[in-house]
Amino acid sequence: MDLLNRIRTKVETSERLTDQDALDLFACEDLLGIGELAALANRLKNGDRVYFNVNRHINYTNICVNRCTFCAFSKEPGQEGGYTYALDEIYAKAAEAAAVGATEIHMVGGLHPELPFDFYLEMLSGIRQRHPQLHIKAFTAVEIDYFSSISALDDEQVILALREAGLGSMPGGGAEILGASVRQKICPEKITGERWLEIVEKVHRLGLKTNATMLFGHLEQDGDRVDHLRARGAGGVDALKTLAISRLYLDNFRHIKAYWVMLGLKVAQVSLCFGVNDLDGTVVEEKIGHDAGADSPQTLSMENLIGMIREAGCTPVERDTLYRQRRVC
Amino acid sequence: MLEQIKTKIASQQPLDRSEALFLMQETDLLSLGRLADGIRRRMHPEGRVTFVVDRNVNYTNVCTSKCRFCAFYTEADSASAYLLDSDEILAKVRELVDHGGTQLLLQGGLHPGLKIEWFEGLFSRIAAEFPQVQIHSLSPAEIIHTAELSGLSMPECLARLKAAGLASVPGGGAEILVDRVRKNISPNKIGWRQWISVMEEAARQGMRCTATMMFGSEETPEEIVEHLFRVRQSQERSGAYRAFIPWSFQPGNTDLGGQTASGVEYLRVLALSRILLDNIDNIQASWVTQGDKMAQISLFFGANDLGGTMLEENVVAAAGCSFRLSQSQIIELALGAGFTAARRTTAYEILEEY
Repeated sequence: MDLLNRIRTKVETSERLTDQDALDLFACEDLLGIGELAALANRLKNGDRVYFNVNRHINYTNICVNRCTFCAFSKEPGQEGGYTYALDEIYAKAAEAAAVGATEIHMVGGLHPELPFDFYLEMLSGIRQRHPQLHIKAFTAVEIDYFSSISALDDEQVILALREAGLGSMPGGGAEILGASVRQKICPEKITGERWLEIVEKVHRLGLKTNATMLFGHLEQDGDRVDHLRARGAGGVDALKTLAISRLYLDNFRHIKAYWVMLGLKVAQVSLCFGVNDLDGTVVEEKIGHDAGADSPQTLSMENLIGMIREAGCTPVERDTLYRQRRVC
Repeated sequence: MLEQIKTKIASQQPLDRSEALFLMQETDLLSLGRLADGIRRRMHPEGRVTFVVDRNVNYTNVCTSKCRFCAFYTEADSASAYLLDSDEILAKVRELVDHGGTQLLLQGGLHPGLKIEWFEGLFSRIAAEFPQVQIHSLSPAEIIHTAELSGLSMPECLARLKAAGLASVPGGGAEILVDRVRKNISPNKIGWRQWISVMEEAARQGMRCTATMMFGSEETPEEIVEHLFRVRQSQERSGAYRAFIPWSFQPGNTDLGGQTASGVEYLRVLALSRILLDNIDNIQASWVTQGDKMAQISLFFGANDLGGTMLEENVVAAAGCSFRLSQSQIIELALGAGFTAARRTTAYEILEEY
């Protein structure tokens, strides 16, 4: 049977795709055909609803002991352009977010060589104390591993202490590509893919939800998947195809998010027709993608997000961090 | 309705306005893309994406037209007003040739002092020094303006420009070919009938043209459909057009302001253009206004050409939109989407395949 018909049957009967199915889809050049299947899979899960939230990013420091080759954000200690926000600056940014009706603070930063673990605990509890209504989504598995190493606590103790101080959930960053050979090239100092999974599973067992991400379009087509992925470039077609295949393969994920900061607004909107059902949030101030040359704006108003979603023929829904519906727009 | 439209497209029957409007407003994006992609495959089965190495030279920013969507023009007495002389323009053409370029797109404001002799002098110098360069220049509004200033009829003006070296006429200034919209956004510019009449006269004199559409300002969906029908009918009468290029209004620094069209809207208009204009060979994606990612996606929504490398571009950049792509990036973009790439002339002759 032809590939797309075989996948269509699997989607319609809720049968899981195999790894080979996913590789075959990457090798398939029928972008619109793959998009139609991803849109179908998404419709079966989410109807025409597309989620977004009102959030603010705070990148508290760009000083980082890791030197990931894909990153334009990190600075070495003492390097020009390095910064670390004082707690009061962080609280002021959180207060701005609260004032405009944000429901989430998204915080990630570099692995700072001098800040003690207590700094992070104080940062969380300080925000929670001032704005108990804000959900704090912060840190990645990479930071948890680092906190364990600087604090003489084990992973579970670190996670519990952060949860106690106000951590509500974790974004899925630092996953990059989980395969070892690619990871060795693009982020040799970063924790391994196995360790990333080990930590997020510990976080889940302790009652916190996380996202998972994938950073694609760098070297992974030169690595062990080269036979299947060809030289696809990091273009718009690659992005739509990867999002669509993510939707089809990850049948145990309800939500697939297009991160407009990295994709740009136009491609992010188009991806809503390729299986995506979430556009992230208003963001307000983002440094990591923009330091790497992203040409998207720093912030999107809620009206813009709603307009983009409607124009793609979908129903906008404001959610909180845990995907509880706040209102249908 | 969609089934009926699919049947008509399969048997290559022209769609009517209500069917076009249905595609524009009620058909989901991927179904629309499928129909456009099918026509692109039928017309360009070789799976090849073409581009031209070119340069836009804006010889003046002084313009009496003062369109409300434009961030480029200025008044004659403004401090930023400029007029390039022919030595400066020749130097720019030399740079183009040094980069392997073959197409020169000279375009300017409607300058109150430039008569036919200025253009004749310029074109004949360019043609003499750089015979390999195709002068794909001016637009219907500039041609009418020059004719009026010089006391010539429009056909006389075109004939003299052609004799001096003009090879083809780019389709700028079409905006929306409906006078209600033109009165709002470009009240001093020629009407839609005049625009079409210049192109059809150019075709009668043996020059081919392109046609454009600038959407996303103040037009209705019906007016977008009307624009496409008027271009289609003009092509039936004249065979003037080698390519059609839809692009979206860029609001930065303009009197009109507002927001630019979204990605979904661009792809819908692009796909509809491919579907309705099946009597025009080539549909260009506008990476200058949409960016490289969207331009690549466009290749699945009806586009088969990526336009020019644009060694220089000033007008869109003035509206705050400044995407840049090198020739190698354009080639990579086509290859990355599973196509081959080819450098072409203004006349769509293939020069080199990649």
